[in-house]
Amino acid sequence: MYEFEFEKPSTIADAVKALGEEDAQALGGGQTLIPTLKQRLAMPSTLVSLSGIAEMRGVCPDGDAIAIGGATTHAEVEAATADSYPALSALAGQIGDPAVRNRGTIGGSLANNDPSACYPAAALASGATIVTNAREIAADDYFQGLFTTALDEGEIITNVRMPVPQAAHYEKFVQPASRFALVGVFVARFADGVRVAVTGASEEGVFRWSEAEAALAGNFDPAAIDGLSVDAEGMIGDLHGTKAYRAHLVGVITKRAVAAAA
Amino acid sequence: MPKDSGIGASPKRREDVRFLTGTGNYTDDINLNGQAYVHFLRSDVAHGRLVSVDTSDAAAMPGVVRIFTGADFEGVGGLPCGWQVTDRFGEVMQEPAHPVLAQGKVRHVGDPIAAVVADTPEQARDAAEAIAVEMEELPAVINMKEAVKDGATKVHDDLTSNLCYDWGFVEENREAVDKAIQDAAHVTTLELVNNRLVANPMEPRVAVGDFNRATGESTLYTTSQNPHVIRLLMGAFVLGIPEHKLRVVAPDVGGGFGSKIFHYAEEAFCTFAAKALNRAVKWTSSRSEAFMSDAHGRDHVTKIELALDADNNFTALRTETYANMGAYLSTFAPSVPTWLHGTLMAGNYKTPLIYVNVKAVFTNTVAVDAYRGAGRPEATYQLERVIDKAARELGVDPIALRRQNFITEFPYATPVAVEYDTGDYVATMDKLEEIADLSGFAARRAASEAKGKLRGLGVNCYIEACGIAPSNLVGQLGARAGLYESATVRVNATGGIVVMTGSHSHGQGHETSFPQVIADMIGIPEDMVEIEHGDTANTPMGMGTYGSRSLAVGGSAMVRATEKIIAKAKKIAAHILEASDADIELKDGQFTVAGTDKSLAWGDVTLAAYVPHNYPLEDIEPGLEETAFYDPANFTYPSGAYACEVEVDPDTGKVTIESFAAADDFGNIVNPMIVDGQVHGGIGQGIGQALLEGCVYDEDGQLLSASFMDYAMPRADDLPFYKVDHSCQTPCTHNPLGVKGCGEAGAIGTPPAVVNAVVDALQSAGKDVTHIDMPLSPARVWAAMNG
Repeated sequence: MYEFEFEKPSTIADAVKALGEEDAQALGGGQTLIPTLKQRLAMPSTLVSLSGIAEMRGVCPDGDAIAIGGATTHAEVEAATADSYPALSALAGQIGDPAVRNRGTIGGSLANNDPSACYPAAALASGATIVTNAREIAADDYFQGLFTTALDEGEIITNVRMPVPQAAHYEKFVQPASRFALVGVFVARFADGVRVAVTGASEEGVFRWSEAEAALAGNFDPAAIDGLSVDAEGMIGDLHGTKAYRAHLVGVITKRAVAAAA
Repeated sequence: MPKDSGIGASPKRREDVRFLTGTGNYTDDINLNGQAYVHFLRSDVAHGRLVSVDTSDAAAMPGVVRIFTGADFEGVGGLPCGWQVTDRFGEVMQEPAHPVLAQGKVRHVGDPIAAVVADTPEQARDAAEAIAVEMEELPAVINMKEAVKDGATKVHDDLTSNLCYDWGFVEENREAVDKAIQDAAHVTTLELVNNRLVANPMEPRVAVGDFNRATGESTLYTTSQNPHVIRLLMGAFVLGIPEHKLRVVAPDVGGGFGSKIFHYAEEAFCTFAAKALNRAVKWTSSRSEAFMSDAHGRDHVTKIELALDADNNFTALRTETYANMGAYLSTFAPSVPTWLHGTLMAGNYKTPLIYVNVKAVFTNTVAVDAYRGAGRPEATYQLERVIDKAARELGVDPIALRRQNFITEFPYATPVAVEYDTGDYVATMDKLEEIADLSGFAARRAASEAKGKLRGLGVNCYIEACGIAPSNLVGQLGARAGLYESATVRVNATGGIVVMTGSHSHGQGHETSFPQVIADMIGIPEDMVEIEHGDTANTPMGMGTYGSRSLAVGGSAMVRATEKIIAKAKKIAAHILEASDADIELKDGQFTVAGTDKSLAWGDVTLAAYVPHNYPLEDIEPGLEETAFYDPANFTYPSGAYACEVEVDPDTGKVTIESFAAADDFGNIVNPMIVDGQVHGGIGQGIGQALLEGCVYDEDGQLLSASFMDYAMPRADDLPFYKVDHSCQTPCTHNPLGVKGCGEAGAIGTPPAVVNAVVDALQSAGKDVTHIDMPLSPARVWAAMNG
């Protein structure tokens, strides 16, 4: 990696200030950023670690939702939501390996918005609110394409508020090498409807499959998906699967997610 | 009852104590006083002409000691190729130069252009980024069949084409095979790809070069499977350093799988630079560098035809393969698709006529060389796949078709130039059917179908030629080396033994299994025997470890040296006991005069050898140390039968291995636990090749599978618990231990079993799928099902 300065503030305000410096970069768990730095694909002037900010860690109930600090690790989310939001807990428990889960954070994952990451599916399907140091952003407005979000320069995800659905499940079909999602589908049934978020599949990153949501709203059953399909155009095509294969998997994996959630 | 010591016992691996507690001594653990670090600037294009390499800015950067380019290696030898293949027209292969650093052109992504030596690794890397390279990019040569067409862009301008050789074997059989295929009652044809693999040992390569100005001696510490071979190749052909001024040390090595056999540019560079700079120079490969600089494996494109008569007897076999050499000839690359492949095409079957054609092709990719099995997996895969396809076409049971055509009498001379000394293919197949519970398959298939999965059974056999090899034979075949092995057995005064072997353990457990043999021969505890290997300064000239040869060849050398020790010790004992040496018996570490109660302990005799007060000095010298070189009379021929059961998820194409059974005949077994482990590892790699691993270049020669993000290594949960059995034992007839070798079997026998099983599963559901190329990823299987 190239040389950089390192800061580990203990308050959000100090972190925001540090990130105001030119080319400063926030560091969550570093599970994407550190490999990127090691490959010299990024050259930040300062890394601002968010892991020392106590108010950004931990999970607590928040009415019908749960609030998760942006610097909470996957392992902490897995443990803390096992009873309150089992589908989210299971998702967190399937990310990477134990080393990744004990470093990587939910805020880091959502800020990075890797098109194959798991958390964006959970946030979008849950209708989460992304809370930053400056504002609150609805998940529907937050994800804006491949590695692109509504976050402004220097803006920090301090908290993620996830409404807890009546029923939910995340089904992940893994890419054989990386074990990221080749296709991952999070379905969440709420009193007022069903949300289906798909990760891994689209060139535009995580997306809601609205046709499936409409069909499932009337009949929360795998059979409701029969006959529905996503357009292969716009799907990712690579070494691990063609566009057509991913489009096919979106249907299969959605059905499985519904079956497991129902 | 299992034995608790000696040959046939399973003591735990003594080396694992240091491997598992972080106290091993790997090459990267070696740090020399004042060492500098090298970073290689590698090409990021597959093919290009170097217009200029400007190092002036980089050279002025902090910590930079010196920057080397191809110009510094003009007049220095290139990396040599250790095997010269003669083509079917009697011409020797085309052999391009392989410079240590690129000269004039780069020929693959990763080809080293310049080497920056600096005080720290970071400074070296910083400076490498400041080197200005002007390059005229050229079209990349990637597809082998395109590469050999007239007018194709040439990888090497000074060669006549991209064809390294066009090899025919046995050339005299060519017309007879053509005719037999023409006249056959049935011919099954299969076109397939044997996928390119990256070995990916856990430990990436490392080299540390050192130079002693006072003595003029160079030392190279390196991650090698055969330090003596590196000393010879690098000393004699690249750097011009005689062996007595060059020491090569390969300490603990964390896996090789073939990729650490070869002599690499980085080794020569570090040795060269250490002398030029009078300072130790170290290189540690990153995993990313390993993907683009370690020799790759396999990469064959093959068409095979099997001819059968009306009674389903095999009558002829014809196979045509395009074998990728990559951009340069790696050390043993030409031998892999020829002599390690063509000679195995008979398999376990009495096919009377066989013709093998191999076209070796240069492309703008990393060099391809031996990888666990080396040629034998490629032979086994195509043969066992085409037999399976034939059985399905003919509507006969694949096992029955194999049994019908088994070789049953030994020795057996194949039509592809080798003679199998022993084997019992019926016995291994019987054993397989038992341990794999094949009679219960139908019920298991029904159970899988009940949960919506397709179940398939794949069975195949394999034969391999191991224990390479008779030196006079391989010399005739083009090897530029002998393939004997050596051992020095040094008995110390108080009876402990150190064995210095030319074999090299990089995971095989020699430090445990070799002492079992010697302890058994003498009748002393195994912990009285230590194995030393890996340092040319204290081990006799050896050829190293690969091709499942260490016990068969290295172990045999050890046995011969120990026999000399025992013969001399008996003379000493006879003198002290005042008897004739012919009457001395050695058992359980005691020398006894036959028929009497007069005896001497092992330690009394060894002490006498070094304190020769009462000693036959007029007949024999003091001391007890013997060396033997063993050159095998033939290859060894391990064989076996494997069965794999898979489930295929019809909705996603995902394949899971539900069970895997292996019945192997390795001849005699020294340590059954280590053999189990070797087979387990081999099967794991075989499943990796079959389901997961695929090294892929795009048409511009960019490596798409350049990291573990895209190159899928098998993980524990990809693999089942294995049933392995090696109770079928037909000992090798020509080595003193009767052993055959077990290191590569799993990697050879496994891929066809997996693919046969998947095809069986799909056909059980009425899918018209006769073949899928590896790796059988979910996407490929789904595409085949929905063709």
